[in-house]
Amino acid sequence: MIQILQAGIMDTMQDMGRYGYQHLGINPGGAMDTVALAVANSLVGNEPGETAIELHFPASTLLFGNDILIALSGADFSATLNDEPIEINRPVFVMRESVLRFNSPVNGARCYLAVHGGFNLPEWLGSTGTNLKATAGGMEGRRLQRHDRLHFKQRTWRWKHQQLLPWKAETADFYRNGNTIRVIPGSGWPALQETSRLSFKENNFQLTPQSDRMGFRLQGPPLFSTNTQNLLSAGISRGTIQLLPNGQLIILMADHQTTGGYMRIAHIAGADLPMLSQINTGSSIYFSVIEHSLATRLLWQQQQALLVLQNACKLRLRHWSETKGLLTT
Amino acid sequence: MQIQYFRPPSVITKGICTFCAKMKKPYQISPLGDSALIIEWEQRIDETIHQKVMHTYQQLHTLNLPLIRDLIPSYASLTIVYDAGASEHCWQVVSAVAANAADNVTTNATLVTRSIEIPVCYHPSLGPDLEMLAAQRSITTEEVVQLHTQITYTVYMLGFLPGFPYMGTVNERIAAPRLSQPRLKVPAGSVGIAGAQTGIYPLDSPGGWNLIGQTPVRIFNTAGEHPCYFQPGDQVRFIPVSLSDFHELNNRHS
Repeated sequence: MIQILQAGIMDTMQDMGRYGYQHLGINPGGAMDTVALAVANSLVGNEPGETAIELHFPASTLLFGNDILIALSGADFSATLNDEPIEINRPVFVMRESVLRFNSPVNGARCYLAVHGGFNLPEWLGSTGTNLKATAGGMEGRRLQRHDRLHFKQRTWRWKHQQLLPWKAETADFYRNGNTIRVIPGSGWPALQETSRLSFKENNFQLTPQSDRMGFRLQGPPLFSTNTQNLLSAGISRGTIQLLPNGQLIILMADHQTTGGYMRIAHIAGADLPMLSQINTGSSIYFSVIEHSLATRLLWQQQQALLVLQNACKLRLRHWSETKGLLTT
Repeated sequence: MQIQYFRPPSVITKGICTFCAKMKKPYQISPLGDSALIIEWEQRIDETIHQKVMHTYQQLHTLNLPLIRDLIPSYASLTIVYDAGASEHCWQVVSAVAANAADNVTTNATLVTRSIEIPVCYHPSLGPDLEMLAAQRSITTEEVVQLHTQITYTVYMLGFLPGFPYMGTVNERIAAPRLSQPRLKVPAGSVGIAGAQTGIYPLDSPGGWNLIGQTPVRIFNTAGEHPCYFQPGDQVRFIPVSLSDFHELNNRHS
């Protein structure tokens, strides 16, 4: 069991999303950085989409009620376990009555905490992830609060002391491009003025403080379309870059509405959505326009790399637990 | 910038690209990023176009392909969200399946729809814009109610909030633009008009629709197996009820 000693600003339970209900206006949500979710889960031997805690800084302070194997991935908030620093992307044995704190944001915007076996939470429509709009899923459909208790699905191995296990997931490849985000042109791209298309490709765009799990509002040179006609509302997708009437852009993120009628000038390449999710408000991004076929290939390659990593983690963990004669209790 | 970016060449050669005169397809399929695509018919609000959307939606829904994560029907389009990480060739597969479904749509096929009656109390205490709307149109509030209840509406899509139905088409005499200053809190169940559309707020939320009444029916409820009262394609009629009936029904539903 984990108890929240002090609440963070915006910590929720997230998985790979609750799909199959967008025709009813229920958005899928899910982890913003799906790569980090998959890595954290892989390190503790879970399936990549198991529900984990998504933490924003300042993040919650957590007290462990049982021994458990955990892993952090995504943002580095310089976590300490009983005042000892613990690295991200490594499995960690936690002893009961340990306190996990997140001290300062080193890089990234969202950190994922996975526990071996996962959290025991009630399902809503086939998922235990939090949907804030519907106030359902996760911990009572809301962000984590002080005194919340998160129970584990299963009891884990027993180990004699707190320990970082001697291996680390290499995730640099997933975040290699830094603040250059690859995009595919959307249906509104040809209608953009020539100068605006150039502006989009050459200027930087800043994430404003109005950026959250629903969408990233950008501040940059205003862009203009030659077609100012209103679009009929249609189903939209995560990563869509919409042009607002004031010439500014908004990128739809995990908790986006299911339908919208703004001009769709481009779409974030799926492989770059995790990296984009780790950009903090106030930071700037650049766009690089690529072809649909390349974006598809990049996403596929990313999935393959994650599978390899997942298997490697599984083997290491199994080997280690066997050689140490760990007991499952 | 080359236009090929918008439709990968393989698809163009298969002839899915439409609005090209020689193809004469009534729809076009385009990517919506690398994990979704959109089928668009002629872009206007029209019952017959929406039926094509719903026919295509129902076919794909019945197919139940593991690759397809979500199908979002709207006024004149169908968005398909798919699992692009599952295969390198998802776009080819899903766009071909989508084209096939859209091609299968025949004008005389019957659509399976549900007829739903929704009790609404049209009282100024529950519909704060009712009297203003009547005054603007120089009609009585009773006439507003009559105009609003005489039509069987189609649920064109759900969106904005979980379970929020966008219904049309409202009689032009009571069609009204959104409020210039949206309300910070509209109570769940409020029935509103925006343009020629009418809708019901499933949750307490900010909103800019003209509110003319309220239903006691819980149209979004996370406790049930089916959280949303409406689904796309539903045929909806509003039944006026008195304030006392509203309160009685309200207590029963809560």
